[in-house]
Amino acid sequence: MVDVAIIGVGLHPFGRFGPKSAIDMGADAIRAALADAGVQWADVQFAFGGSFEVDNPDAVTSRLGLTGIPFMDVYNGCATAATALSLTADAIRSGQYDLGVAVGMDKHEPGAFTSDPVDYAAPPWYGEIGHFLTTKFFAMKINRYMHDHGISDRTLARVAAKNYRNGVLNPNAFRRKPISEDDILASRMLNYPLTQYMFCSPDEGAAAVVLCRADIAHRYTSTPVYLRASTVRTRRFGAFEVHASWAAVEQDAAPTVYASKAAYEQAGIGPDDVDVIQLQDTDAGAEVIHMAENGFCADGDQEQLLADGATEIGGPLPVNTDGGLIANGEPIGASGLRQVHELVLQLRGQAGERQVPGNPRVGYAQLYGAPGTAGVSIVSL
Amino acid sequence: MAQIAFAPDVFTWPADEPRLIGGRCTSCGTVTFPVWPSCARCGSTEVEQHLLPRRGTLWTFTTQEFLPKEPYAGGETAETFRPYGIGLVQLDDEVRVEARLTESDPATLRIGMEMELVVVPFRTDDDGTEVMVYAFAPVEGS
Repeated sequence: MVDVAIIGVGLHPFGRFGPKSAIDMGADAIRAALADAGVQWADVQFAFGGSFEVDNPDAVTSRLGLTGIPFMDVYNGCATAATALSLTADAIRSGQYDLGVAVGMDKHEPGAFTSDPVDYAAPPWYGEIGHFLTTKFFAMKINRYMHDHGISDRTLARVAAKNYRNGVLNPNAFRRKPISEDDILASRMLNYPLTQYMFCSPDEGAAAVVLCRADIAHRYTSTPVYLRASTVRTRRFGAFEVHASWAAVEQDAAPTVYASKAAYEQAGIGPDDVDVIQLQDTDAGAEVIHMAENGFCADGDQEQLLADGATEIGGPLPVNTDGGLIANGEPIGASGLRQVHELVLQLRGQAGERQVPGNPRVGYAQLYGAPGTAGVSIVSL
Repeated sequence: MAQIAFAPDVFTWPADEPRLIGGRCTSCGTVTFPVWPSCARCGSTEVEQHLLPRRGTLWTFTTQEFLPKEPYAGGETAETFRPYGIGLVQLDDEVRVEARLTESDPATLRIGMEMELVVVPFRTDDDGTEVMVYAFAPVEGS
């Protein structure tokens, strides 16, 4: 099978941008990625576009040139960007195309996401009685996890404070102010034990990646970053998942665990080989749980690791070096490609003030969202 | 004052000892709440009604401290909204059910505590009708 390289990344900043449309943000992200790769839109043979709010991300072609290419629109919850990336890579791996673009864009209203619970296979009354909230699921999951594995509220605050600090160093981030652990703990309780400043916010933004056959990557760049694995998995029976009126007593691991194992296998890389990590931090608790679900530590080790600063930019396990979802917010379609954008900058040594020291060579990104879907990507020099 | 259930076929009521109406797969025995159209484990479409145990233990919990967006139909405004507890209660070894809790103060809740099904008012409509919902309450002395 053909190997795949990332030769260009582009990002429209995350935040709130008044009347600017998601399509225009997507066009900006694609232009930036094309410029980074040194290719023209006319060179792009196909694309996958992901969004929650935009029905047809392919409308971006009207901003870039109506070249008639196949442009496939995808939506897969919070794993949308991983899905777009995975499908783009697979189309190249299969030999069908030489060069394509994965793009994600979104523009959300402020506040927690809502929808029709019936579309998530939940009972029709699930929302009416006040159960249809992703935030309360994440709170219930971390509350049980803290009980089982001895994680403290302080550790949750440490995660959020780190991500805000990293956001200060990222000019594209939504939140660029440091917030102290004490202020995070003292902010308004939204869903016990999670306070307001422990959650990310839905916002606006776009990100794009240009991929090509690995054997032609050197035509475009002296530092291609290889996409070694891209996997998507849905939940198995027994996983404790979001938007469910019931859960099985018999327990199975979360879909992230399966996506992660498959990605390590596909890449021939293990967690010890990873130098830079991007995890889905919908809330501070999710980052703690995802550290273990992705194989970076044992359950419960996070308490000491966070106290020791292990996940800081200069630590042995740098997590969410660009501030993650907590500092960037979550435009769903773009979020996972923001992660890949950050990993590519880190591996190229272009991450500026937030550069991980020691010439990182392997990056890892994970997404998780409703109704129980995970995506993992592994990149390396 | 008139009282009505928030939805049909979710719990037996009126009843002195209400029960949640779950479903059971006749093929693999998987128990769900409410009745599921087909089995989430094996995909069989042969499911039957199955009344769930009234008591169980609190597996995890949280609080809902902001007014949910639509389709929430609690009838409160941001000013009148009061936080509610919500948790997952394990009923014997059959199933874990997500439900409102009668307690909304985390200090009164503890993972592993014994809980019992109750039916409580959820909303009062303009004509005075109380709309009732299932919830779990801590068992005294547990």
